[in-house]
Amino acid sequence: MTDQIIWTAITPVENIPPREGRAVNAGSQEIAIFNIGGRYLTIENKCPHKGGPLCDGIVSGTSVVCPLHARRFDLETGMAVRATEPACVATYPTKVEGGVIYVDLAGARKAYEDAAA
Amino acid sequence: MSEQMDQTLDQSRGRTQQLVLVGNGMAGVSCVEQILKQPHDFDITIFGDETHVNYNRILLSLVLAGEKSPEEIVINDIEWYQNNSIRARLGVKIARIDRENRRVIDEDGGVTEYDKLILATGSSAFIPPIPGVEKKNVHVFRTRDDTRALLEKARPGLKAVVIGGGLLGLEAARGLQVRGCDVTVVHLMETLMDRQLDATGGEYLKRKIESLGIKVMLPQQTAALFGNGRVDGLRFASGEELEADLVVLAAGIRPNTDLAKQAGLDTRRGIIVNDYMETSDPHIFAVGECTEHRGQTFGLVAPLFEQGRVLASTLNGTRTQTFEGASPSTKLKIMGVDIFSAGSIHAGQPGVEEVKYEDPSLGVYKKLLIKDNQLQGVILVGDIEDEHQYLDWMRGGTDLTPHRRTILFPPRDADPGLEVAAMPDSETICGCNGVRKGDIVQAIHKHGITTLAGLKERTRASTSCGTCTGLCEKLLRAVTPNFQEETRTTMCACVPFSYEQLRDIIKGQKLKSVEEVLTVYGNRKGCEVCKPALSYMLDMLWCGDHEEDRSARFINDRVHANIQKDGTFSVIPRMRGGVTTPDELRRIADVADKYNVPMVKVTGSQRIDLLGIKKADLPSVWKDLGMPSGQAYTKGVRMVKTCVGTQFCRFGVQDSTSAGIELERRLENLFTPHKYKMGVVGCPRNCAEATVKDLGLIGQEGSWQVVVGGAAGKSVRKADLLITVETTEQALEASDLFFQYYRENANYLERTYDFVERLGIEKIRKDTVYAPDAEKRDLLERLARSKKLSKDAWTEGENPVNPTQFVQIEPLQNPAMRIEASV
Repeated sequence: MTDQIIWTAITPVENIPPREGRAVNAGSQEIAIFNIGGRYLTIENKCPHKGGPLCDGIVSGTSVVCPLHARRFDLETGMAVRATEPACVATYPTKVEGGVIYVDLAGARKAYEDAAA
Repeated sequence: MSEQMDQTLDQSRGRTQQLVLVGNGMAGVSCVEQILKQPHDFDITIFGDETHVNYNRILLSLVLAGEKSPEEIVINDIEWYQNNSIRARLGVKIARIDRENRRVIDEDGGVTEYDKLILATGSSAFIPPIPGVEKKNVHVFRTRDDTRALLEKARPGLKAVVIGGGLLGLEAARGLQVRGCDVTVVHLMETLMDRQLDATGGEYLKRKIESLGIKVMLPQQTAALFGNGRVDGLRFASGEELEADLVVLAAGIRPNTDLAKQAGLDTRRGIIVNDYMETSDPHIFAVGECTEHRGQTFGLVAPLFEQGRVLASTLNGTRTQTFEGASPSTKLKIMGVDIFSAGSIHAGQPGVEEVKYEDPSLGVYKKLLIKDNQLQGVILVGDIEDEHQYLDWMRGGTDLTPHRRTILFPPRDADPGLEVAAMPDSETICGCNGVRKGDIVQAIHKHGITTLAGLKERTRASTSCGTCTGLCEKLLRAVTPNFQEETRTTMCACVPFSYEQLRDIIKGQKLKSVEEVLTVYGNRKGCEVCKPALSYMLDMLWCGDHEEDRSARFINDRVHANIQKDGTFSVIPRMRGGVTTPDELRRIADVADKYNVPMVKVTGSQRIDLLGIKKADLPSVWKDLGMPSGQAYTKGVRMVKTCVGTQFCRFGVQDSTSAGIELERRLENLFTPHKYKMGVVGCPRNCAEATVKDLGLIGQEGSWQVVVGGAAGKSVRKADLLITVETTEQALEASDLFFQYYRENANYLERTYDFVERLGIEKIRKDTVYAPDAEKRDLLERLARSKKLSKDAWTEGENPVNPTQFVQIEPLQNPAMRIEASV
């Protein structure tokens, strides 16, 4: 349990075009940041199904569709949408300051682990 | 027909009754159609002051918007008049009625006697008493000629102002706007369509209209139109001014009663008729917008058809039908703006309850007005699916008690036939053409109709605005056991229209981006199914001249390589006709070494595949290869597989290698509904397997066979022969024709082998190689335009559309981190 949030500066907002995602190498983890109409959301860049790069998926509203086998995840909760079995990806707190996107890399949260805890 | 002949005919009459119709519009002519359905002894003459045959006036807005041609809205063509021995006197205006001698006198002094006279003089646009309405470029929008005049003026950038925010005004505004005009609607009241909507419904409509790019000014009273001879603008009562190059007056209609009034018939706002459509003169009848029945006048089409039917039964002597008036129901005909209103919708009467639902982000608003548990009125905005249910309840005076809990979302019947089975035979299904349920059921039985196309041909139902198509299909399904559904696939739940409709929408509404289509016609989100499909459709329809939205395309089309299971990509350079050089092979080998390519593979398409390339390496790999993209990752032109033909083979009879390379050059870099693979062989031994390609050229002694729709994938299909031609140039032209035809008419992700089976090779031949020269020229011209704007996608390696298109982003070093206390 920490009482501090460490915001890591990632990249200027203009590097992520509207309705697209970009992968970011952040140490041991790879994350995918999405621009959904001026809002930026971050998830882990790995589909729980077969490891597909979610950053390359087509964005539909606030969800993304994995480019490999079309599994769909909500970018806000990380939960699988319309899945036959429950699945989820981690989400990361994200904010924009001075035109730069910051992510709390230690703040990964998974819907199911949260629920189980 | 000459005046003299007319008189001769007039003299020879006598055995039969002379029936004269004044007014060649929808209401009068539909009455004549009803008369013709029964045995009769009438000799019929129709006078029309317009020079056109009877056309569907309601659809003029679609002509203005370019969705229909003037010919497409004709209801009765000239043969109809001839085949039914009707004298059509078009462009002839009747000046007066001589009731005493039972004759009408036209403006040229011509005299026509009648036994029975029908007045169907319709209505005219109301010209508001505003100073300056006589100026040039001030128009009304009421007739085919008005529409033509507007179309002549409308051009991109023209400032157009529509005075009147009712049904007609809004439809006119949209029509002008899709022609590129900069349009403002000025309305006297606080609410658009204030006769049909309440304030909230009007607000939803206003938002939707504004989202289409039309400006709306409310409430705004026009005090004057200014300009020197020609209109330059409007001055409002508030003192404000608005520039205008063109003004359309759409401030309502007035029944045309002059002729009746002058003849001394009873008139008030309209010509007064009783329940049998009789006027105050026993030999004169009236139908349509010129009538007034129980104090009510009419501007909508369904009651007018009803009047026509009643009058037919009055005239043929049976008098079995009476007109009981009609509760108004209205639908706005602007694609993507769904408005339905019926009954009495203004609240405030004692005992009337309002039940409402609204969802601002979906743009859906529903309001029902209920009195004594019966439906009095309904307003639907954004979701009009249940209009028929509500109309049914309203007309039948149904007790709503059992439905109250689900009344805003009435449950759909599990058996879709129930809804139509419950409808009375007199229910109008197609409001545009006045076709009732009974007419349809009868036609199905009588003519053994099994398809929607057949039903359209026989009854004209669903041929105009198309909103009743679903109902017609339900009726067909319920009535005929062998109903054959048309393969009209809806693209996706996000944009619930068929491919055909979407092509019309995009063209007609001049939409140029995926976002625009999704915003106006869809759920604003889109998904992995419809976004690439719409991207393709826009590219094809605008021949590449549109706003490409990379975010709407699959990753392969964002980075021009094929994504593999581990997230790496495969790179296949173009090798036209499968022919390469030592130099190219050396560069390929060097690239494979330099980038540690895990696998180099010869493909089934006579090319070389480099597998396992990282996204970030793509630009430099392409640069090092120095070869164009082979498009092996996209729904587009893949390759032409060839044999060595006459260049080396001892059996070759045609130069298949050169022909294949030329074919590939002509079509490369273009997109198609699904991947498009070709083959060219120099003799019928078919070594490059041309008979199982989307398009194949098979060389024979002195000729080429052009074959299409072959497959050797999930299914195996031998290609059909399109045509046999003598020269290579002819073979290439036939290939171009089929290629463009497939691009324009196939659904997204439909391979040629499904496409050819769906349409049938005979139809494809007729529309391509055997099409009239003008059609062929158009196909080739559109192909040439697309080709001109296409480019080798790999040039983006050096000029990415987005700076991070191929880049893996690394976190910034400076400022690196910021620490905050957590909450």
